[in-house]
Amino acid sequence: MSKFNRRSLIKGLAASGIAFPVMSALQGCSAQPSKNTKPHVVVIGGGFGGATVAKYIKRFDRNIDVTLIEPKTEYMTCPGSNWYLAGLIDVKSLTHNYEALKTKHNVKVIHQIATDINAAAKSVTLDNGEVLNYDRLVVSPGIDFIYDQIEGYSEEVAEIFPHAWQAGPQTHLLAKQIQEMPQGGKFLMVAPPNPYRCAPGPYERISMVAAYFKEHNPTATIMILDPKKKFSKQALFYQGWQDLYGQMIEWYGAQDGATVTKIDVESKTAYSDFDEITADVINIIPAQKAGKIAFKAGLTNETGWCPVDQDTFESTIQKDVYVVGDSSIAGAMPKSGHSASSQGKMCAAAVVSSLNNLPMPETRNVNTCYSLISKDWGISIVGVYENRENRISGIKGAGGVSPMGMTQQERKMEADYARGWYKSITMDVWGS
Amino acid sequence: MKIRNITLVGAIVGLFIAAPVQAEQQQMKPISKAELWATTCFQCHGAEGQSAGGAIPPLAGYPADIMAQQLKAIKAGTRPSTIMKRHLMGYSDADIDAIATYLGSLKP
Repeated sequence: MSKFNRRSLIKGLAASGIAFPVMSALQGCSAQPSKNTKPHVVVIGGGFGGATVAKYIKRFDRNIDVTLIEPKTEYMTCPGSNWYLAGLIDVKSLTHNYEALKTKHNVKVIHQIATDINAAAKSVTLDNGEVLNYDRLVVSPGIDFIYDQIEGYSEEVAEIFPHAWQAGPQTHLLAKQIQEMPQGGKFLMVAPPNPYRCAPGPYERISMVAAYFKEHNPTATIMILDPKKKFSKQALFYQGWQDLYGQMIEWYGAQDGATVTKIDVESKTAYSDFDEITADVINIIPAQKAGKIAFKAGLTNETGWCPVDQDTFESTIQKDVYVVGDSSIAGAMPKSGHSASSQGKMCAAAVVSSLNNLPMPETRNVNTCYSLISKDWGISIVGVYENRENRISGIKGAGGVSPMGMTQQERKMEADYARGWYKSITMDVWGS
Repeated sequence: MKIRNITLVGAIVGLFIAAPVQAEQQQMKPISKAELWATTCFQCHGAEGQSAGGAIPPLAGYPADIMAQQLKAIKAGTRPSTIMKRHLMGYSDADIDAIATYLGSLKP
């Protein structure tokens, strides 16, 4: 360790026989207050946002103590979980732990749930009753679900019609249902309204389910009932679906009256103005809001998400509390793992600058989302963002989606880059 | 008298154990824009610009002038790319120079 604190310095000097004059000078120094107390940052949530903040605070300034609160000892990512549904990768490659953060980056990791935040007392309470004091708090709790927008739907029903929008047991449940679906059966996705985690995610999932069916259940059909009029990378997905999966996939949107308002578990039926649709497997991805702790700590506004400073990600409601990732209102940025990690870096710089009384560098956020239409066909969307008039805004002329009519080689390159992206970002966040 | 004393002590300390004392007393410098922005490159190109084993090229230690030249050519559309042009349109040539210099300074 490169650490060389004052106590060991004095010991060393005493041993070397030049103790007296040096010691008196050092004692003079120690009269300054707080030189010995390291600032303490608590980070709640060990996903793309929180784990990035924890690691990058230590990267920018090793003299800050960082404690990360994350209930899971192993974290399965949402990105890549659609690839698992198609059988392209295994669970192990989607699962990450906190050992590198602990041992390589000296982040203290506590596997508990943060149950309460007291912003006035600057403390966090954990499930086991432990109370942690902080100088700065970063909250990155991801998403929670709104269950009451569809009649007959609930947290319990999500165990029958899985959302699989938080990776883990839900992903395994959906994979099992897809694998066990009868030959020639029907898969129905009830897509979420905006804003939600991972804009192209539902449509990548459709692609991956189609890839699975093409191989194992070629007469199966897929329908999407969507409360939106359009969706991310729509033209590119359509082209891929048509080329690869023919008539297998049907999409209906708000303009068709396809907003599902009611679900019946017994008969496996989804009701909308469009039609009553009965299916063998139903994947309901419900409407979303900020993670639970954000509500409990009073960090949300009327939208159900957390307003933040568009450079530092400090809450505009609670001082010295920062919110990054899906829970934050980050202007034009989509809710994605890549966005969360980018925000985590800006936030880490803000926290370190603030604790050192240094100016905060200008921010520039990025987003990169790859989607696979098949194992050899990747597409992407990019955004580069600046703070313009106090809103994180896309830089004009930058960003955008893959061009239509890419060559097969280009599609394959984007598919390989999608896998490369996954390796890099997970290593950047959890691995090294 | 007092001042001279402290200077003397400083000199002695400096003589015997220069590095650690310097580390202790050194004020942290502001985080540079180039460093902060370059860290977002790591998300695709690997932590600290080092390869994570995928298809995307690592960046650490890449000669800065060549990197800047290539990035500007991608931005201008004279060098082919998939997503990099869409990224680079969000950065001025001066930003590209500064980021390339930072990435080039990293240990490969």
